[in-house]
Amino acid sequence: MNDKRMSEDEVVAELRSGMTLGIGGWGSRRKPMSLVRAILRSDLRDLTVVTYGGPDVGLLCAAGKVKKLVYGFVSLDSIPLDPHFRAARQAGAIEAAEYDEGMLFWGLYAAANRVDFLPLRAGLGSDVMKINPELRTVASPYGGDELVAMPALRLDAAIVHQNRADAQGNAEYLGPDIYFDDLYCMAAERAYVSCEEVVPTAELGRVHPATMRINRSYVAGVVPAPKGAHFTSCEPDYGRDEAFQRAYVEAAADPESWAAFSRRFLEVDEAGYQAAVAELTAGAGAAR
Amino acid sequence: MSEATRAEVCVVACAEVWRDAGELLVSPIGLVPQVAARLARATFAPELLLSDGEARLVAGVWAMGETPTTYEGWLPFRSVFDLVSTGRRHVMMMPSQIDRHGNANISFIGGDFNRPDVQLLGVRGAPGNTVNHPTSYWLPRHSTRALVPRVDMVAGVGNDAAAAAGPGASRFHDLHRLVTNLGVFDWGGPEGTMRIVSLHPGVGREEVLEATGFELAADAEVAETRLPTDEELRLIREEIDPNGARDREVRT
Repeated sequence: MNDKRMSEDEVVAELRSGMTLGIGGWGSRRKPMSLVRAILRSDLRDLTVVTYGGPDVGLLCAAGKVKKLVYGFVSLDSIPLDPHFRAARQAGAIEAAEYDEGMLFWGLYAAANRVDFLPLRAGLGSDVMKINPELRTVASPYGGDELVAMPALRLDAAIVHQNRADAQGNAEYLGPDIYFDDLYCMAAERAYVSCEEVVPTAELGRVHPATMRINRSYVAGVVPAPKGAHFTSCEPDYGRDEAFQRAYVEAAADPESWAAFSRRFLEVDEAGYQAAVAELTAGAGAAR
Repeated sequence: MSEATRAEVCVVACAEVWRDAGELLVSPIGLVPQVAARLARATFAPELLLSDGEARLVAGVWAMGETPTTYEGWLPFRSVFDLVSTGRRHVMMMPSQIDRHGNANISFIGGDFNRPDVQLLGVRGAPGNTVNHPTSYWLPRHSTRALVPRVDMVAGVGNDAAAAAGPGASRFHDLHRLVTNLGVFDWGGPEGTMRIVSLHPGVGREEVLEATGFELAADAEVAETRLPTDEELRLIREEIDPNGARDREVRT
């Protein structure tokens, strides 16, 4: 069988500037952060990013990687707003397509189904129709209501993070919510799944078969990435690192502290990042 | 039982929003509405469904900040969208701006969409919520900054916008109540505009009119928001919110 294991940097080498990239997870929950960090280190630029946004969006905006953002919200959950996303929007630095959360779902679902659009009620009467002037409504051929025709959000590539996967790309989530990770994979030309642990196929699905939501036909690459979602949550393996998230937000307050944060945590490879986090956590423990 | 605080009056006013809601999911955004939803279910509206805000439906009463002990269902985000479309939900959202027609904004303030002065969360689920199922709002600080003549972005659809957009938008559109730290409001005014339902004890009509950035409809006699019962106060103080999360939103 095809062994699809690869490193973060090997995934990034398959991406191109100008691509449309879907990022799984939700807010500050199970984001494929080790892949995002690899993108930060690369020379990729002008990305169109489609996501239910969290610190992935903030970091990519801060690094100037985003040309256009397609989103329903950007939030850190326990901290409502991401400072870098706000700064990028308030500077007019990125194009923005803001949709109702359900519209984003429907756009991914349309892409996965290989149809041009799917009809829904969300958006009607709101300014979402004004700020996205390409949106059209569609009359029901059966005499019902005229609805929004949400266009398919086709992705060139998708990155998602799961708890377990085998080397062939069958992946398993063990937390309470798949979010929309399977749909990102299905809507993308090529999907890359990072995971906490690569395991033998026989170890998947032991809790319940419904945890194996992503099968290998959707997956181009598997990235072994322990703590790969840090500092977002990856239940039940670990919760959100709230102290680190606060440090991320505080560092964004001025250019100098952000430069220091970048040097320490972002201008290093993934092993360097995890080591720096461990050092910070140990320091905080000793200070207690 | 000592006298009810303003925060506790607000809790009961929010709970009353769901008195006859039926068997549907209540999604309270904000601390006071969360306490209120749990109170409503523990007392006069036992049929309500509540989620843990993560991915499960919770049974029974649980305290703010505590992990629930009993679950009665699975509700990942995708199922929430399914549920929104079925209409079996009543959300209470916290707008940054709201106008007299009930248009609500949580997206950005000032400037224009391409370069806002202040970026907020984004529209989140507000457009879909408001055209699919009943919607109420909670505003912990009633002021002319929040109650404005025109919102900068229509995220939650108001009565005028729903009517203008046609039956697709208006068929299930149902703005129910706005509760603020000063009173309770509905959209029973002329042409579906905002109207005073009741003012909280100690709040005067002038105070409310001055803190509102548009003309408010009101009957000649305006009712007073009811006080919590002793049993409601006991539930709020001892079982649902012993650490006083409600006081962080509404100071007495």
